[in-house]
Amino acid sequence: MKKTVSLILCAALLCSVLLLCGCGDKAETLTLNVYNWGEYISDGSEDSFDTVAGFEKWYEETYGVKVHVNYDTFASCEDMYAKLSAGAVSYDVIVPSDYMIAKLREENMLLPLNFDNIPNYKNISEDFKGLYYDPDNAYTVPYTYGVVGIIYNANAVDEADAGSWDLLWNEKYAGSILQFNNPRDAFGTAVYKLGQDVNSTDRADWDRAAEELKAQKPLRYGLVMDEIYNLMESGEAAIGAYYAGDYFTMLDAQAEDVDLRFYYPEPTNAYIDAMCIPSCAQNKELAERFIDYMLSEEPAIANAEYTYYASPNRVVFESEDYREEMGEEVMEILYPESGDFAADYNAYAYRNLDAATLDYINTLWESIKIG
Amino acid sequence: MKTASKIYMTLAFVFLFAPIVIMLIFSFNEAKSLSVFSGFSLKWYRELFRDRETLKSVKNTLVLAASASGISTLMGTAAAVGMMKLRSRRMRKAVDTVTNIPMVNPDIITGISLMLMFVFVGRIFGSATSLSFATMLIAHITFCLPYVILQVIPKLEQMDPSLSEAARDLGCTPLRAFFLVELPEILPGILTGAIMAFTLSLDDFVISYFTAGNGFQTLPIRIYGMTKKTVTPKMYALATLIFFAILFLLILSNVAERKGEEK
Repeated sequence: MKKTVSLILCAALLCSVLLLCGCGDKAETLTLNVYNWGEYISDGSEDSFDTVAGFEKWYEETYGVKVHVNYDTFASCEDMYAKLSAGAVSYDVIVPSDYMIAKLREENMLLPLNFDNIPNYKNISEDFKGLYYDPDNAYTVPYTYGVVGIIYNANAVDEADAGSWDLLWNEKYAGSILQFNNPRDAFGTAVYKLGQDVNSTDRADWDRAAEELKAQKPLRYGLVMDEIYNLMESGEAAIGAYYAGDYFTMLDAQAEDVDLRFYYPEPTNAYIDAMCIPSCAQNKELAERFIDYMLSEEPAIANAEYTYYASPNRVVFESEDYREEMGEEVMEILYPESGDFAADYNAYAYRNLDAATLDYINTLWESIKIG
Repeated sequence: MKTASKIYMTLAFVFLFAPIVIMLIFSFNEAKSLSVFSGFSLKWYRELFRDRETLKSVKNTLVLAASASGISTLMGTAAAVGMMKLRSRRMRKAVDTVTNIPMVNPDIITGISLMLMFVFVGRIFGSATSLSFATMLIAHITFCLPYVILQVIPKLEQMDPSLSEAARDLGCTPLRAFFLVELPEILPGILTGAIMAFTLSLDDFVISYFTAGNGFQTLPIRIYGMTKKTVTPKMYALATLIFFAILFLLILSNVAERKGEEK
């Protein structure tokens, strides 16, 4: 009696597991697994274009085969790296940031793209080719980019003081200055202020930057990441460094007595997020078609409008509709006139540092937070 | 003294419920901001019901919580009944301790070790994607199980053992005696266990995060992914709806209990 019951229980458990495993195989439908940042694609909300549904429809109309897109999101490149490197999941398209691409490439975790399947690659501006993380343009297609600038409240800050990194160290505004709460970005502000190399491996450089950050401590409101939105919007803090695209999010929500402005100090950090195909991809050709679709006019413009980050796609930049939707002021800030973007980027952008230097920076950072 | 205790009570309730009230208010905010309330609007509720991916993750979360709590209630009840029948006290203590391990183990350790095991087993079978809905379900059952057992065992201990003995004296098979006599006795414990398992599975983040496979994101994972930009007020709207759904269920279960007692 007992044995029969436990046998039945065992069988039921096994069956349910097998059933669940079998669910995935539907005939005639291709599956594409995409792994992107959260809130980083036009998804149909607030009357925007639904990119994923658009791709599924476009693919069926063009190739006569149904596709189902599994669209998952991650919160940081490190999270994504942890999942991919464990070999626990398989994605066909991922959208990491530049320094992470360099790391993935070193570890042979990316596949070279077949550009015959990505004809729209011609839309990518020349400025985004030959960058350090992919010098031969073999593995990546840029998706968005952004430049770090300084945001300030013009009702609390004298405009004559704005213009450079020094604003973050200006004693007149003690108690209302925000600093990044992560070592790489925080040290970046100090290093740019001192005019040093952000990718230096010389410890003396980082010691000097640490001194700057310690000197800033009495002037700071605090170390923040996401909290910067509410602090700046409400006028509680007056000065902070952040990405241009996020400035517009704050601008949309600023309180009545707050007047947020933005400028780029020189030099500054730029980041690029690019689409790549990881080596665990199950359907490389479909992934390339997806990347190609993302570069075509409608989705590219919709994504640029939704994320409010700058697009490296010329079709977007030259679109009349897009320029009108964004407005002149936004265009000027998002796409600053720069002589040679690629050269500036290769010279000043953060790269993946060697482990010893990163360790050293983290140690300095701990002492700054405690001291 | 009386005023002091009243103040204490008020403060306790304020700290418990103020966050929920604030979220509720801002879910009706017209603007995106958390600092400025610019006007009443149902905009974020409308947005929420248009957001395919979020609705899908809500559905995933509910499916997962329902199956995990269902299976772990069945397994947990069976395990509790079996543990009570163990003759050796020492053996019972040992089994009891072992089943409690997933409960006292930090989530992060359970999550990582489960992920490693799934990847390891997946490699043996030569599968490229070892994580899926099934692995997540197994993980959730693992951490729900001890809570069910913990709820059922005391009910079994309270029960008079002579009841089922009497049933068997009168000709019941052991299985019939269990369904006719024991099960109705321990049913409240089973239900509490099932509800606990459901809520635990519903809001688990850490273990889900490590064991989630392609294309099966739960709501906590999706919200966590939104932190690159700010979390949109859509989520306040969703959280408000979930809060009221749970409140409604609680009231319903209380009313049902009261009616049961009156009978």
